[in-house]
Amino acid sequence: MNQVYDIYKRLEERNVLLSFKGMITSELLTTILSIMESKMDHIDENPKVKKKVFNILVECLQNLYHHIDQDDVVHVIAEERSALLMISKIGDAYQITTGNYMKASDAPNLKEKLDLVNGMDKEELKAYYKQVLAEGSMSSKGTAGLGMIDIARKSGEKLEYDFQPINDKTTFFSLTVKIAE
Amino acid sequence: MENLILEGSAKTPTVKFDAANGVLELKGRSIPENSIEFYKPLNDWIDAYGGSPKPNTIVEIKLEYFNTSSSKCILDLFKQLEKLNSGNTEVKVNWYFEEDDEDMEEAGEDYQAIIDLPFKMIEVEEI
Repeated sequence: MNQVYDIYKRLEERNVLLSFKGMITSELLTTILSIMESKMDHIDENPKVKKKVFNILVECLQNLYHHIDQDDVVHVIAEERSALLMISKIGDAYQITTGNYMKASDAPNLKEKLDLVNGMDKEELKAYYKQVLAEGSMSSKGTAGLGMIDIARKSGEKLEYDFQPINDKTTFFSLTVKIAE
Repeated sequence: MENLILEGSAKTPTVKFDAANGVLELKGRSIPENSIEFYKPLNDWIDAYGGSPKPNTIVEIKLEYFNTSSSKCILDLFKQLEKLNSGNTEVKVNWYFEEDDEDMEEAGEDYQAIIDLPFKMIEVEEI
């Protein structure tokens, strides 16, 4: 039972408002968004901050959702279908952290994209978003390749990420998005 | 032709496409995981409306939130209207945003830069 207290303490130390580990479904997304909205309403959060947190959370959650909702589930074992989400508030700054398994072969492309947006300032991100919006195409899953650009644009901070190789085929990807007030 | 009326949900906006008055309104939040499915009937309705539009078409966009999946569908919707505009209706877009919501204001400006339709940016206290 000490372990439970340990997990609790760690979450508390990190100022975690909400954490979840498990399968990401459409219904779960709706629930998490609704919980976060009421939490922010309850503490009378500044509407501007509330909107930013909500928007970024939507994109982070949908990244997780679409990652899991993929056709190639051949290598995906039960554990690999789950993901981690943590939302913390340290002082006035919100922080959204996600963690999920992904195909190792997809990691270099994702890293390249993250480095690209991290190297851009506000104006460059705006121009890049417009370019991808105008010229890009949409997948049948409804993804437009705009998620990370939008997250970086709205966060106003650099995206922190890590790739932890698990085996030849699988990598654990983690992302932390800070939302400055 | 029939109007297109859809009630909003936690993830989809309220839709009021009024053929008789030429007023097309989207209101609320548009954050479905896959927007294609939701926007398809809207595209179809606009196609049909394009057959015999009103001389003036007003597009009222009153969105509180939209995700990147929707952003592409909204662009496609504007592109459809852009085509109608060169025919027998004059299309105008009213883009609403809440006070201090710079992200939503900028989103409107992004569309304005891509789409050749007159945009009016309207700041309101609450959507």
